[in-house]
Amino acid sequence: MKNAFAFILTGLVLGSGPALAASAENGKIAYVKHGCWQCHGLLGQGSIATSNGTVIGPSALTFEIFANFVRSANRAMPPYREAILSNADLADIYAYLQSIPKPPDANSIPLLKQ
Amino acid sequence: MARAQSQTKLNRRKFLASVALAGAAGTATTILPQGAAASATTAPPVDPAPRPSALPPTAKMAAAEAGTPQEIKGETGKPGSDFMVDVIKTLDIKYLPCNPASSFRALHESLIDYGGNKSPEFLTCMHEESAVGMAHGYFKAAGKPLMTLVHGTVGLQHAAMGIYNAWCDRVPVIIVGGNDMDAAHRPPGVPTFHSAQDINALVRDFTKWDDTPVSAQHFAQSFVRMVKIATTPPYGPVMMSLDAGLQQEPIRENGEKLYIPRFVPSSPPQGDSGAVKEAARLLSLAERPVIVVDRAARTPNGIKLLVELAELLQAPVVDQGGRMNFPKTHYLNRPPNVIGQADVIIGMELSDFWGVVNGFIDNGEHGIGINESKIKAGTKLISINSVELITKSNYQDFQRFQVVDVSMPADAEATLPALIEAVKAAIPGDRKAAIAKRGETIRKAYADGRENVKRAAAIAWDASPISTARLVMETWAQIKDLDWSLVASEGNVSFWPNRLWPMEHYHHWLGRSGGYGVGYGAPASVGAALANRDLGRFSVSIQSDGDLMYAPGVLWTAARHKIPLLAVMHNNRGYHQEVMHVQRLANFRNRVAYLGNDMAPLGTSIQNPDIEYHKLAESMGWWAKGPIKDPADLSAALKEAVAVVKSGQPALLNVWTQPR
Repeated sequence: MKNAFAFILTGLVLGSGPALAASAENGKIAYVKHGCWQCHGLLGQGSIATSNGTVIGPSALTFEIFANFVRSANRAMPPYREAILSNADLADIYAYLQSIPKPPDANSIPLLKQ
Repeated sequence: MARAQSQTKLNRRKFLASVALAGAAGTATTILPQGAAASATTAPPVDPAPRPSALPPTAKMAAAEAGTPQEIKGETGKPGSDFMVDVIKTLDIKYLPCNPASSFRALHESLIDYGGNKSPEFLTCMHEESAVGMAHGYFKAAGKPLMTLVHGTVGLQHAAMGIYNAWCDRVPVIIVGGNDMDAAHRPPGVPTFHSAQDINALVRDFTKWDDTPVSAQHFAQSFVRMVKIATTPPYGPVMMSLDAGLQQEPIRENGEKLYIPRFVPSSPPQGDSGAVKEAARLLSLAERPVIVVDRAARTPNGIKLLVELAELLQAPVVDQGGRMNFPKTHYLNRPPNVIGQADVIIGMELSDFWGVVNGFIDNGEHGIGINESKIKAGTKLISINSVELITKSNYQDFQRFQVVDVSMPADAEATLPALIEAVKAAIPGDRKAAIAKRGETIRKAYADGRENVKRAAAIAWDASPISTARLVMETWAQIKDLDWSLVASEGNVSFWPNRLWPMEHYHHWLGRSGGYGVGYGAPASVGAALANRDLGRFSVSIQSDGDLMYAPGVLWTAARHKIPLLAVMHNNRGYHQEVMHVQRLANFRNRVAYLGNDMAPLGTSIQNPDIEYHKLAESMGWWAKGPIKDPADLSAALKEAVAVVKSGQPALLNVWTQPR
């Protein structure tokens, strides 16, 4: 239910083109299939060891900037060109990432408060 | 060698040669005349050579191949190996983790019977790599070296990766390899397969020193010498090839009285006074000095000295974590990005100074990466590094060459007192207020940094599989009131323990493997836990899945010898570094990585079937539980496991985790 709600929201936010039809549910599958989880974690939480601590779940980038980065990344992150990641899958992955709830406040977690 | 002096009419060689003939069907025809001739006068009767046969070996033949031949009667005098035990006992070596082998059977027997199995106490290991790994971890917790015995060829080959890790991690391990050198008299067949001209050659590139003694007195000198060399900073493993005959035959003093040299430790090399003074001048005049440390603290006192220097300069300290160098709770403990603003950087016992001041992005399918400087032009660099004194050629652990402005091939901890005094003398009076102000700025940055780390840890807090931050903090909650020691954290959990746990004491963190040879974590944890057991500390390890499967038999060793250890698994079900490497190459080549039925590129996953590590551990005498996938189940399981470990037993939790 939570995912469905996020999916609708995501569709509204993306607003146009292939992103409009994006599916967070499909995106979750594509995110694993294309290996995004390897460096970014299954919830896009990132790691200081593998993604310089960058959090992508949810992403702070607009879809256009996100897509451009994924297609042309050429430094620590390798590129995902269209031949290996379709536009539809890319939009779905973005939708999945945007569907991930924001993390709780660290001070609300007793183990992190100390 | 020993055999050349042997005039015994009836010696073990002749006996062994005759016995071995029975089992050496393939070589019997060529060996028989020689063996028969040698035993013609006094050796026991020799059975006729067996004919080649596909039939199973007789009990006698099997015994000759795999069993321990009976010793001949009539030998008199003290066995050489008894004297060797006398020598070993002078050096305060408490344990001997070891996988047994025939090439050192004489010394083995002397250690447990003549030596009473004390100092050293024999610990049964199931792999030579485990034995070396245990000695490696033990030293980092106890500050005292252990020795191990290995079979000269195949055993040393097993041990080699562990020795390389110890070399790169600057840890002393005393390795003695049994080797039956007398080709004319050693048993044919298996023992000859397991002999070599120079077994030490296999590890010479990554040991500090090696020798092959040819007499009992030579052994005494070389054994004391090798311990002295191993334990003089920079520390390192040492190797001795020990002839089986020399161990086994009675001592022949030839009129000379044997003696055991007294062990006197060498003082560590200290930095040249002129270089120390120049370093102090640069640091005291710097606007933004940064201290970078990797294995700078060799002892708890090293931490105190680093704190004193850092506070004197109000300089941030980047602790790379090769050892516990600097308290994580100190406001001058800062992340690596402070290097970019530095005008003077002092690096102490760095394994890779180039990597500190440069970035490398492993890029492209052709492997040509991008090099980028991380520092401003004109930044002055100072190095104190004892490893320069033992640099070798073949293995590339010396890393890329980095030009520095002041280079001291010296031990950092031994040099720190002089450097501190020199800095005190060099700081101009009118700089003191500016230095204090610098400290206040860093204090605020430290507080902000702590909040950022907590925020990052909160992300995916309730994820399943469990986030590595949650894994680490749930563990912390159960051990925080104990005198804990994180003995290893392999497999990379995003450095959460070092970022979140209030590490302050030297034993709170023992560092990593050194050479990044996978398979270090499990044995080093058991070795360190052994030391901590005797020191009354609680040992915890973050144990990764791939690391454990290299030589899981060390779990049995821990149970057998009642070594309490809490192993919390970071089970991400793959060789995750390789997962990412293969994916990376596929992307650069514009190809879809083939996953097979796994989540990660074929050949990198440890799935299908999933390994039930808890059952593996249980089968070897551990208390174990798992797989734990829901973070809500973790706390209770950890509580149970901690209680088990406090009772003196090892415990393992198989926890499914996020990749990093």
